Amino acid sequence: MIARRRSNYYAGGLVVLIGLSAALIGATYDIGSLTAMGSGFFPALLGILMVIVGIMIAFSPADEAAPALMHDAPRRGADWRGWGAILTGGVLFIVLAQYAGLLPAAFACVFVTALGDRQSSWKQAAVLATAITVFGVLLFAYGLQIPIPILRGF
Amino acid sequence: MNMIGFTDLVHGFGVALEPHNLMWCFIGVFVGNLVGVLPGMGVLSAISILLPLTFGMKPVAAVLMLAGIYYGAQYGGAICSILLNLPCHPPHAVTCLDGYPMTKQGRGGTALGITILAAMFGAAFGIIEMIFLAPYIASIAFSFGAPEICSLMLLGLLAGATLAKGSPLKGVAMTLLGLILGIVGTDVNTGTERFTFGILDLADGVELVALSLGLFGIAEFLKSVNNVAPTAAGKVALRARDMRPSWAEIKQAAPPILRGTLVGSLCSLIPGTGPTIASFVAYATEKKISKHPEKFGHGAIEGVASPEASTHSSVQGDFIPTMSLGIPGDAVMALILGALIIQGITPGPQLIVEHADIFWGLIASFWIGNLILVFLNVPMIGVWVKLLTVPYRYLFPSAMFFICIGVFSAKNTLFDVGLTLVFGMFGYLLISLRFEPAPILLGFVLGPRFEDNFRRSLLLSRGHLSTFIERPISALFLFLCLVLIGLQIYARLSKAKPPVRIATTSFE
Repeated sequence: MIARRRSNYYAGGLVVLIGLSAALIGATYDIGSLTAMGSGFFPALLGILMVIVGIMIAFSPADEAAPALMHDAPRRGADWRGWGAILTGGVLFIVLAQYAGLLPAAFACVFVTALGDRQSSWKQAAVLATAITVFGVLLFAYGLQIPIPILRGF
Repeated sequence: MNMIGFTDLVHGFGVALEPHNLMWCFIGVFVGNLVGVLPGMGVLSAISILLPLTFGMKPVAAVLMLAGIYYGAQYGGAICSILLNLPCHPPHAVTCLDGYPMTKQGRGGTALGITILAAMFGAAFGIIEMIFLAPYIASIAFSFGAPEICSLMLLGLLAGATLAKGSPLKGVAMTLLGLILGIVGTDVNTGTERFTFGILDLADGVELVALSLGLFGIAEFLKSVNNVAPTAAGKVALRARDMRPSWAEIKQAAPPILRGTLVGSLCSLIPGTGPTIASFVAYATEKKISKHPEKFGHGAIEGVASPEASTHSSVQGDFIPTMSLGIPGDAVMALILGALIIQGITPGPQLIVEHADIFWGLIASFWIGNLILVFLNVPMIGVWVKLLTVPYRYLFPSAMFFICIGVFSAKNTLFDVGLTLVFGMFGYLLISLRFEPAPILLGFVLGPRFEDNFRRSLLLSRGHLSTFIERPISALFLFLCLVLIGLQIYARLSKAKPPVRIATTSFE
């Protein structure tokens, strides 16, 4: 229970932080008056409300409602392989779509992301990536005419 | 039904039966059904991925396809719950309780058959409810001025934040965060760029698709990777004829279906209480009034029939506040409303009259879509059962690619793909801290209109906040807000669980 209680401190802290930044940045725009609100009024108002709600969250008792019949077993520890693969897959898509074209971007994105699963092998990941790439190029490049060339420089 | 409504409905069928619209309706329900049976895939992600595709479509086709994904997924979700005991879809989580024991007893086919009957009845009732109520509600709301709209939005946001899953306070925090994210971009009134940090790509605001796919797509992957129980559906083989329930079973299921439908249609009228809550309430009611409550959890047919009927009637009824008031009740409706706004349509009570083809075409497509789904599910049940066995390690990498390309195609910029990754990491942080990200989307979609109406109200009243209380309808909405807050405080203080607080994991 202590861990959960602490999680409420962090949760509340995060909300306060976001609210405070929103309020401070909002205050740099024109606040105006109630009659003629400036562009800063609404952001500042929301930011202040968020700070209040954040403080209330931090000091509220831990959530008792435990997930009853869920597949939501909370994670034990970090899963750097999975996280790393998913985010790298996304970044590779951006970089390769920009500089190399849709075909390498699609393949790299699916292949690297698939390696994040501890049960998948290199071969399985490669087969999956090839299949999705072929399908993706046919559908998006030829079918929907997405403005990314299949291969840049060709 | 009066004659005008009837001709409108006929007109709607004319619209929905145009080959073009019919095709998109079919694609929508098919994708929905598919997403429903694939474990770990969500309705919100599916709708968001296909959202950019609708930019080039006519509004009618766009809306009826996106809607089709939503109700189509409900058919697939039931298969997943009953055969695998996996609550892939929150509204069907409760169906596991009695559906899976029925499968273990070899009556899984019967359970699915009953589900289809319940779905047909529940959906039909929900659609009829919409035909009668939506135009009526819209006609009342037609006279609303800025203060009334503002108070009504506040009520909708508050209900969405507090009545849904998880802690009500955290729900409010997420709604506020959504409202702030909605501010990002150029202020329409003054031209000031707000929260853009000098980034040109943010001048038009945060892309809806990037936000939603980050929070509900990538964040889900980060949560589920290497964390999903392997599915064991290899041995389940079902044919269409296994699904025919006996007369005795139908008789047994009929009253629960009726009760579930009523619960669902009532729940759909309260913003914030979507199909998930409807199905839990229906199950609890059924168990309470049953003469044999001990049978529940051991394959009671009532425990499948009632929540399923409730889900389907509530899913259809969910569209009522969205289409008649322009106030979405949950994140899925927020996305559909977002799609309408992108199409250049102003949501609100005038929608039914000004865009009769959208409203009545949508309703007609509900009838057609549900009919298609019955044909998709009864003869083809074997195909769907096979799809249940597709492992997660094939699903999420493929989905990752579709997310990237989907986000890119919204505005043809790779910046948004990066933004999606950032929202994904942020969303996972929120989930880890036990926030429920769904209300963010509600706040985000309603935010700009909320601010606009808030400013306008105070401009008209020359800065007097009392305008919100002096106008009776607005005062009524604010009073209801207070009632909502009061109920939550009461529930906290009495240390009992709030009646509708349900812990479920992923999103409707």
